[in-house]
Amino acid sequence: MSILDNAKSRAQGLAMAALTKAVALAPDKWIPGSTPDPLIRKQNGHVGKPLSRLDGPLKVAGQARFSAEVALPNMAYAAIVHADTPKGRIASLDTAAAEAVPGVVLVMTHRNAPRMNPMPVFMSAAKAAGPDALPILQDDRIHWSGQPVAVVVAETQEIADEAAGLIAATFKEEPAVTAFAAARAKGTQQGSFMAQPLRNEIGDAEKTLAAAHFRIDARYTTPRHNHNAIELHALTCEWQDDGVLRIHDTTQMVAQEAWTIGRVFGLSEDKVVVTSPFVGGGFGGKGLWQHQACAAAAAKLAKRPVRLMLSRESVYRIVGGRAPTDQRVALGATAEGKLTALIHTGLTAKSPASPMPEPFILPTRSAYAAETMLLDVKTVEIESLSNTFMRAPGEAVGTFALECAIDELAEVAGIDPIELRLRNEPEKDPVSGLPFSGRHLDAAYRMAAEKFGWDRRSPTPRAQREGEWWVGMGCATGTYPYYRMPGGAARITLTAEGAKIDIAAHEMGMGTATAATQVAADRLGLSPEAIAFNYGDSTLPGTVMAGGSQQTASIGASIVAAHRALVAELVKLAGNDSPIAGAKPDELSCRDAGLCRADDEAAYESYASILARANRPSVSAEASPPLPLEMMHWSMHSHAAMFAEVRVNAVTGEVRVSRFLGSFDCGRILNPKTAASQFRGGIIMGLGLALMEETQFDERKGRVMNASLAEYHLPVHLDVPDIEVIWTDIPDPHTPMGARGIGEIGITGTGAAVANAIYNAIGKRVRDLPITLDKLL
Amino acid sequence: MTPFTYARADAAEQALELAGGGARFLGGGTNLIDLMRERIEAPAALVDVSGIGRTIEETADGGLLIGAGVRNTDLAEHPLVRTRYPLVTRAIVAGASAQIRNMATVGGNLLQRTRCTYFYDVEGSRCNKRVPGEGCDAQGGFNRIHAILGASEACVATHPSDLCVALAALDATVHVEGPQGAREIAFGDFHLLPGDTPKRETALAPGELVTAIELPPLPVAAHSRYRKVRDRASYAFALISVAAALRVEDGRVAEVRLALGGVAHRPWRAHAAEAALVGAAANEASFLAAADAELSAAVPLRDNGFKIDLARRTIAAVLSDLSGVGA
Repeated sequence: MSILDNAKSRAQGLAMAALTKAVALAPDKWIPGSTPDPLIRKQNGHVGKPLSRLDGPLKVAGQARFSAEVALPNMAYAAIVHADTPKGRIASLDTAAAEAVPGVVLVMTHRNAPRMNPMPVFMSAAKAAGPDALPILQDDRIHWSGQPVAVVVAETQEIADEAAGLIAATFKEEPAVTAFAAARAKGTQQGSFMAQPLRNEIGDAEKTLAAAHFRIDARYTTPRHNHNAIELHALTCEWQDDGVLRIHDTTQMVAQEAWTIGRVFGLSEDKVVVTSPFVGGGFGGKGLWQHQACAAAAAKLAKRPVRLMLSRESVYRIVGGRAPTDQRVALGATAEGKLTALIHTGLTAKSPASPMPEPFILPTRSAYAAETMLLDVKTVEIESLSNTFMRAPGEAVGTFALECAIDELAEVAGIDPIELRLRNEPEKDPVSGLPFSGRHLDAAYRMAAEKFGWDRRSPTPRAQREGEWWVGMGCATGTYPYYRMPGGAARITLTAEGAKIDIAAHEMGMGTATAATQVAADRLGLSPEAIAFNYGDSTLPGTVMAGGSQQTASIGASIVAAHRALVAELVKLAGNDSPIAGAKPDELSCRDAGLCRADDEAAYESYASILARANRPSVSAEASPPLPLEMMHWSMHSHAAMFAEVRVNAVTGEVRVSRFLGSFDCGRILNPKTAASQFRGGIIMGLGLALMEETQFDERKGRVMNASLAEYHLPVHLDVPDIEVIWTDIPDPHTPMGARGIGEIGITGTGAAVANAIYNAIGKRVRDLPITLDKLL
Repeated sequence: MTPFTYARADAAEQALELAGGGARFLGGGTNLIDLMRERIEAPAALVDVSGIGRTIEETADGGLLIGAGVRNTDLAEHPLVRTRYPLVTRAIVAGASAQIRNMATVGGNLLQRTRCTYFYDVEGSRCNKRVPGEGCDAQGGFNRIHAILGASEACVATHPSDLCVALAALDATVHVEGPQGAREIAFGDFHLLPGDTPKRETALAPGELVTAIELPPLPVAAHSRYRKVRDRASYAFALISVAAALRVEDGRVAEVRLALGGVAHRPWRAHAAEAALVGAAANEASFLAAADAELSAAVPLRDNGFKIDLARRTIAAVLSDLSGVGA
């Protein structure tokens, strides 16, 4: 970062801090969400029902067309060649043999690639989505081992792959910092997140810790992780005759991609159209990386459509993942187990070009009522592929450290770990001082402890053995914030038959379109069959990211806004002869495909009647919700009580998770079926985080060694027990539909619950993930 | 992948003729095709031998002759295998997935190549197995899954097969046919230690084709186990595996077969442990002492020192289980 950037960032931070304070102190009524969403109270019966995924039949029948399945006339196929040195220059790049292969259309390198601007970095502008601002095939410089250095375009994928293997590249290496220890020796920097420093200090935590009755002080480390969505990153793209660059991609951010790719090629965003109707898993990894620009550039150079589907290895080389962390958690408590000091500090590595350090203190900020706190994230720089968001960035690994430490303190203090947590439940947000919008962690724990049979757990390790297997139980708190990002918008088009909702949102398999359909049905008083939810297209209204577990809130708030505008239009069309004549939107409800007065449901007119009388086939309204100031006015977080039962083999150290229960406090659950799958999926990913996921980053060469699903271990079916999920279902009074996001929370707390259960089984604390059997022998 | 020609043979002689000494033989393709996709192997010609030798026959002396084209699943499910050599069935089902086992052939299983990640990294890593004399990046790198026995400066890779560990314990015989005629190779001589030539992995001469595996009659094998220890419950290669057969008489070990997987460049027959066991009291102390006798030669690398203890514990647990001593 330049001095100017630093100053700019500081100024942004100060402005943000001032705004934060003003919003915190503002009267409730000025804030979105001050009045509970009417859908919490008045229900038409669709929200909360276990509706099966609307995209299910298409997917089962193989009719859902993913981005790598879009076939365009005269399409060519691309393959990428990667650099294998972490830093330096291309010394030689011989493409002759590749170009000589029959069927090769062209080989694109920095020597012949079209002019491309670097991608504007995420958060640098409203729609910026670049993971870094490194040049894309513009010069001979190498910034990481895996950087694309050539793109082969051929008549078939097989020819492209073969020719890619024939490109001979050599590199002039330059000294590179590729080891954590070496990076640390070069010095650390203050980490920041959303333009604010990742640092909080309340009182003198170190001094308080030293004087505490009970204390623990431990170091926890977590490794690098890579994204492994089942669907590989892939796009099919074409420069159309009308000057539009058309991209069929698999992405969590259609609008941001259109804008950012537009910047890369010097096009206005309306000249880039991105569609993404189905995404085969995202988890934070399906954003912008260099391959989209490479494919579009190749299509431009070849003057024909190009499809680029990355190999699994290429995904590891081009798509960043979770950064490693080295955390310290120190806790001080009174004799009664009240926290007096909470210290959560440490280091994370990032690439020099990445704007995002892994913000592992985020979950700690609102976790416990401690008299003093010291929270801090420092960064070091490793020359590597830029790290990025990966399911619950910050919380996934931060809760591992924090919640293991709580378990350690519980043992030292001789207090049940659940009891210890509940004794330290804060009444208001400990760092911001804001009131909680809804916090029922105690209820989640009580429900779960009873269901799981926590009373059968021995507080002393090595108390239960079945044959070769030691059995143990552990628990931990999971948490993830409610987010709603600016930029939402929606258009509702109503006809006598039903309504179409247009919004540039995404379906990654989690059931967004299904839940949104239920919400729209209830909001409009229509049946779900009468709703067409239209998404996954950058030309639709809104800049909605499927990230931060915020998409459903953003969609919900956007539909609220558009619905309000629509009702106003309908009232106008209804005129003076309608039973709803003269009503304001807030005085009306929707039911039975029509409008009625909220205080007199008999005063009703159907949409069909209103439209017919106005002689209109349809009515349409588009609107954006207010800025998400609710996030600065209340402390808004979901919580989960996670319970694991594990078996540890006394001979081999093998770990089997035999039972798992997640008890969630996430506001109102919109669809129990899709929500349960989201929770379970997150928990399974958390089991992988606990027991096996690890990118083998060879620090000698700055290179990922296990770039394959064979050697990068994720849980297989046999590793996953029956996972029970339950929830409080208490609506959040300040969010759309009373719901908070549920996409990421499942992975949080899970790692610690497993680690704590392992300790309970065999009395061994493993503070270094993943907990592989060699650490338990 | 580099373009290649493909031909299918229906008999061994035809396969040899089609290969002409230069082609690679293709079994189920569950490893070779992956290696071709990864650009580690680039044969110009493939001769598909997966249809040759699909039978399992009892030999005159009561052993079994298993055709090289027998699918792993069929071998595992064969009634005589399940009753006379249960460790073979257990070894097979401990490996890969049902789909892969349905494709994979017995002959191909013998010729699986290592899962060393540096071997797989054609672009970015040195490997003496791929490019002789280039160097070995697994030395000093990620070598958690690598060898503790019989390794060399040039190569510390392990053989990944489960089935072969069981076959090593059984003293199987490999039947081969080649341009110079047919011959038999004792299983213990089939796979090589890396030495200075890790590229050479088996005793097969150029152009030779594995046609069958013969299991000798071996009553002790009816009382046998295969135990595999790995990083997840399924679909992972062995960190350590133990194949064992045991007969105890009057509280003493009368007969024992013991082989280890995940420890060396070849399936590791534990001769030293066997020698220590015969005649010893069938108890945990003997089993541990025998394991120590075998593992005294073990040399740990940066990441795999745990394997020595893990092998020791697993050997003792398997033998205890077989002897009824209890874990």
